[in-house]
Amino acid sequence: MGLLKLRIQRKSTGIHESSGDWLFLSLNTLFLLVILLVVLYPIIYIVSASFSDPAAVTAGEVTLLPVRFTLIGYEKIIQYPTIVQGFLNSAFYVGVGSIVNVAMTILAAYPLSRRDLPGHKLLGAIFFFPLLFSGGLIPFYLVVRDLGLINTRWALIIPTALSIWNVLIAVSFFRTAIPEELFEAAQLDGCSDFQYLLRVVLPLSGSIIAILFLFYGVWHWNEYFNALIFLRDQSLFPLQLVMRDILILGNMDMNMLTDIEQQVIQQALKEQLKFTVLVVSTLPVLLAYPLVQKYFVKGITLGAVKG
Amino acid sequence: MNFINKSTTRTISEISDRDTASAVRKNGIRYLWSKMRRRWQLYVLLVLPLAYLITFHYVPMLGAQIAFRDYSVRDGIWGSEWVGLENFQRFFDSYLFERLVINTLALGIFTLGAGFPIPIILALSLNQVRTQFFKKSVQMIIYAPYFISTVVMAGIVIQMLNPRFGIIGQLGEQLTGRSTNLLADPTWFQTIFVGSGIWQTAGFATVIYLAALATIDPSLHEAAVVDGASRFQRIIHIDIPGILPVTTVLLILNIGNFLNIGFEKVLLLQNPMNTSVSEIIDTYVYKVGLASQTLDFSYATSIGLFKAVIALLLVVSANYIVKKMGQEGLW
Repeated sequence: MGLLKLRIQRKSTGIHESSGDWLFLSLNTLFLLVILLVVLYPIIYIVSASFSDPAAVTAGEVTLLPVRFTLIGYEKIIQYPTIVQGFLNSAFYVGVGSIVNVAMTILAAYPLSRRDLPGHKLLGAIFFFPLLFSGGLIPFYLVVRDLGLINTRWALIIPTALSIWNVLIAVSFFRTAIPEELFEAAQLDGCSDFQYLLRVVLPLSGSIIAILFLFYGVWHWNEYFNALIFLRDQSLFPLQLVMRDILILGNMDMNMLTDIEQQVIQQALKEQLKFTVLVVSTLPVLLAYPLVQKYFVKGITLGAVKG
Repeated sequence: MNFINKSTTRTISEISDRDTASAVRKNGIRYLWSKMRRRWQLYVLLVLPLAYLITFHYVPMLGAQIAFRDYSVRDGIWGSEWVGLENFQRFFDSYLFERLVINTLALGIFTLGAGFPIPIILALSLNQVRTQFFKKSVQMIIYAPYFISTVVMAGIVIQMLNPRFGIIGQLGEQLTGRSTNLLADPTWFQTIFVGSGIWQTAGFATVIYLAALATIDPSLHEAAVVDGASRFQRIIHIDIPGILPVTTVLLILNIGNFLNIGFEKVLLLQNPMNTSVSEIIDTYVYKVGLASQTLDFSYATSIGLFKAVIALLLVVSANYIVKKMGQEGLW
């Protein structure tokens, strides 16, 4: 199959392309270039504004490239205590949260993937049903409140300890990627289910573990709503919630950045800092992105195959 | 250690029981029990995830009963007074009811109608690219916005639309001749919401279609080339029919799920000037239940439950239709 495909592609990349096809391919390339432009432009604009002179930003002079290049926004941002604190908090939620998530997901997905487990269909239905129906925001909030998790770090970890979608993806992986013969052989050797999971399945599951860490990690880094409803103290806020205050509500205490006095410059800098915050907060994800992109694609494709 | 000893003795006794067990095989419970006992370790693994599921998914389902009660902090979920359908009645009679339902439906339909076809077109187009490097680069770039957070996305929208210095805001000023903040204009809210949503997710949504396109039998294309079919004809007659099953299933499932609009983004883009179109059921539940002066848990829960029931009906019927068509549904 693969060979055949290769041959066709080689054939069609040759000079055999008819003039109509040539036109079509050119238009197609043009179309994709326009799409690229539409996707890239806002990103370039935001990045350029973050490196531009604050006065140029508020005057609307930035259209594509940085105007009067400066790093002042970045110098100021690392002095802004709540952003630094938010960064550290987010790192905690991503780190601890993802470890809990991945452990829980494997604990759930491995047994569910075993078709010889009596009741695996019923258990699967119990896991699946909450995707279709939920009690809603308020009853969920009341459970978290009654457990005393409000305004603690655990409020962002325990109530979201498991994503059912990711369990489905992991079940699909265990069913397709681990050969059943291995289990039969291990069982003949007197291997228990615990041992089999630890010594045979997990060492073969590197890719799904990577996928799960990425899914959960990005989710934790980007999440703000649970923090909004569960946390009160600013000292616990993840970066996204700090950013919401700055970007959406426009709350930025410029007095925290002492050395600037002139009102006009302060005002301009305030606007420019918003661009800087956007860049800084997205940087960790976008830096890792080229390396991990293929795992995401793999994870999504895995999710589409019903286990 | 003790455990292992116990279980080995159990297995031995099981073996001796086996002859009699087969005689009463019709009493399947015993057979099932022995099968379950052999797999006890797997059940142990499930204990924590099940505990989580019960606490944070099933207990809230029971907690939703406060929609039929008048919740008071003193009496709690199980002790508050029953009021029947009073909360629902109040919602249906509310002047907001109609507006919330219309806004929710409009945003859902707009999102689906505009957002669904674009990834398909993108995937078909990408599939035609012959230079692998170009294809991979385009994919890499159009997937990227998917990883931007909701808050950052809303921030980008707000900055770009800023009437003073935002690039779109300035453009709007040049076109209309006056400074306008599009976010404060109710007629623009839905376009902004849907447009930014497409910008963020359309690229990544091509993943599934590209996977489906990759499974199309290459000999079909080969035969078509021999017959002199142009590239465009091959898209129409081979590629599109090839991804049609996946597309239909995704469409129906999306219809079943279309009430679940990304309300976290709605909440961020909302302001007092655009609430007439941006207030949807989910944002209203949040406001009534968690973000107003007088929190009304019961009322908010009843509104949420009203939506959850309709959403459930939609998904179940969507799945039913998918199965009727002979495709694999969600369950």
